[in-house]
Amino acid sequence: MNDIWLGLLNAVRLLVSLDADLFEIVLRSLQVTITAVIIASLIGFPIGAWLAVNRFRHRRLAIALLNALMGLPPVVVGLFVYLLLSRSGPFGVLNLLFTPTAMIIAQVIIITPLIASISHQAIRDLWSEYHDLLISLHATKWQRMKTLIWDARRSLLTATLAGFGRAIGEVGAIMIVGGNIDHLTRVLTTAITLETGKGDFALAIGLGIILVGLAIIINLAIHIISKTERAGTW
Amino acid sequence: MVKAILPMRLQDICVTKSKKPILTDINLEIGVSGFTIVLGPNGAGKTTLLRTMHGLDRTSAGTIEWLGQNNDIRKRQAFVFQTPIVMRRSVIDNLAYPLLLNNIAKSLALDMAKKRAISIGLGQALEQNAGYLSGGEKQKLALARALIINPEILFLDEPTTNLDGAATREIEDMLLKAFNNGTRVIMTTHDIGQARRLATDILFIYRGRLHETSSATAFFENSKTPESRAFLNGDIVE
Ligand SMILES: Nc1ncnc2c1ncn2[C@@H]1O[C@H](COP(=O)(O)OP(=O)(O)OP(=O)(O)O)[C@@H](O)[C@H]1O
Ligand SMILES: [Mg+2]
Repeated sequence: MNDIWLGLLNAVRLLVSLDADLFEIVLRSLQVTITAVIIASLIGFPIGAWLAVNRFRHRRLAIALLNALMGLPPVVVGLFVYLLLSRSGPFGVLNLLFTPTAMIIAQVIIITPLIASISHQAIRDLWSEYHDLLISLHATKWQRMKTLIWDARRSLLTATLAGFGRAIGEVGAIMIVGGNIDHLTRVLTTAITLETGKGDFALAIGLGIILVGLAIIINLAIHIISKTERAGTW
Repeated sequence: MVKAILPMRLQDICVTKSKKPILTDINLEIGVSGFTIVLGPNGAGKTTLLRTMHGLDRTSAGTIEWLGQNNDIRKRQAFVFQTPIVMRRSVIDNLAYPLLLNNIAKSLALDMAKKRAISIGLGQALEQNAGYLSGGEKQKLALARALIINPEILFLDEPTTNLDGAATREIEDMLLKAFNNGTRVIMTTHDIGQARRLATDILFIYRGRLHETSSATAFFENSKTPESRAFLNGDIVE
C-alpha cells in the first residue's frame, strides 16, 4: 500500500516538474503512434471505400478476412516484423530493427485492418444513401470513392481515433521490434513494463496516468463525434 | 460541342425484379421536346420505367436507343428522386458537385452554384449543412442540382409527393422554366391536377404495360381505355 502512495506522490512530482525523461518518452510515444495512425488511415480509408463500392467475387470473404485481421495478436505481428527486419531477414540491410521506424511498421500492420474495417462500415452506409445519385451523375469509381471518403470524414475520424487508442496502448509488438532502448525506442507502454519490473513505481505510475488520460480523451472524442454524427450535424 | 441525345427509343423493353415481371414489352419513343407525365396506379411500374430509361435499372430484354454516343448519353441526363438525396455537404457544395464531377474549375463551379442557390431562395443558406433544410428546400436543392448541368432530358419521380402547396408550386415553376428553356421532361405523379397543369403528353402505365400514350388534351378529354377513364374518375384501379 505504501509503495503505491509513494509512487503516486512521486508520479505527481514528475508530472508537475515536467521531468525530462518522462516527457521524452511521452513525446516518442505520440510521435510513433501518430505517424502509424496517419499511415494506417491513408491505407485503410481507400481499402474501406474500395470494398464498399466494388462488387467482386469473394468480396464477403475479403471483408471477413479483414475483420479477422483486426484480431491479429500483436506479439505475432511483432515476431513477423522482427523476422523481416532482422539481420538475416529480407529487409535486414535497411538496419531498421530496434528503431522507431520498426515500431511504426508494426503498429501500422496492427491497426490498418481496424481502421479499414470501421471505415468500410461507415462508407458502406453512406454508399447506400448516395448510390442512386452517384450512379445517376455518372461518377467514375474513383470519383465515388473520393466523394464517399470526404463525406464520411466524421465517421472516418472515429476510425482513426480507434486506431490511435489501440496503438498507443500496445506493448507486445513494439517491445519485440523496438527493444525498449533508453533514449531511442522507449515508449509509454514499454517503459511502464520495465519500471514495474524494476519495482520503480513512481515513473511507471506517472506514465500510467498519462496513458490513461490519453485513453479517456480519445474515447470522449469518439463519443462526441459519433453523437454529433447521429444528430446529423457532422 | 455537345451533341443531342434525343429522340430516344425503347424497343420491346422488359424488366424483371426478383424473377417477377415488372415491365413488359414497352415500345415508346421520346421525342425532342415535351413535358411527359407518367400516370398509373401504385405498383404499375412508373418508377421502374423512369429508372430503366435513365439506366439505373437493368433491362431483361429489349433495347434502348439514344441518338448520341455512349459518353454523352449519361452526361446529358439528370434524375430527381422521390426522396431527395442530399449530400452531407453545404448547400453550395451540393449544387457545385455535378459541375466538379465534370471537371469544371472550382471557382467557376462555386460561382454557378451560388447563382442557383440565390435563384431558388437559398442564398442565405449557402454554407449551411444541406441536411438541415426542410423537405421542400431539399427537393428544390435536388432539382437545382439536377438542372445545373443543363441536362437535355430530366427525369423526376414524384418530386412533389411529400410537399405542401407552396413548395409544390415552387417546384412546378422551376420545372416550367426548365421546360421553356428546352429541357425535355419525363415525370411521374399521383396528382392529376399537377398532370393537367404541366403535361404536354401522358403515358398511362397499367400492370407493367404501357396502356395508353396520348397528348395531354386527348387523355384528359377523351381517354381511350376503361382503365384510364376509371383512373381519372378517381375510381380505385388496381
Ligand atoms: N427489387 C424488387 N424486387 C421485386 N419487386 C420489385 C422490386 N422493386 C420494385 N418491385 C415491384 O415492381 C412493381 C413496380 O414498382 P414501381 O416502383 O415501378 O411502381 P410505381 O408505379 O412507381 O408505384 P408507386 O406509384 O407506388 O410509386 C411493384 O409491384 C413493386 O413491388
Ligand atoms: Mg414510384
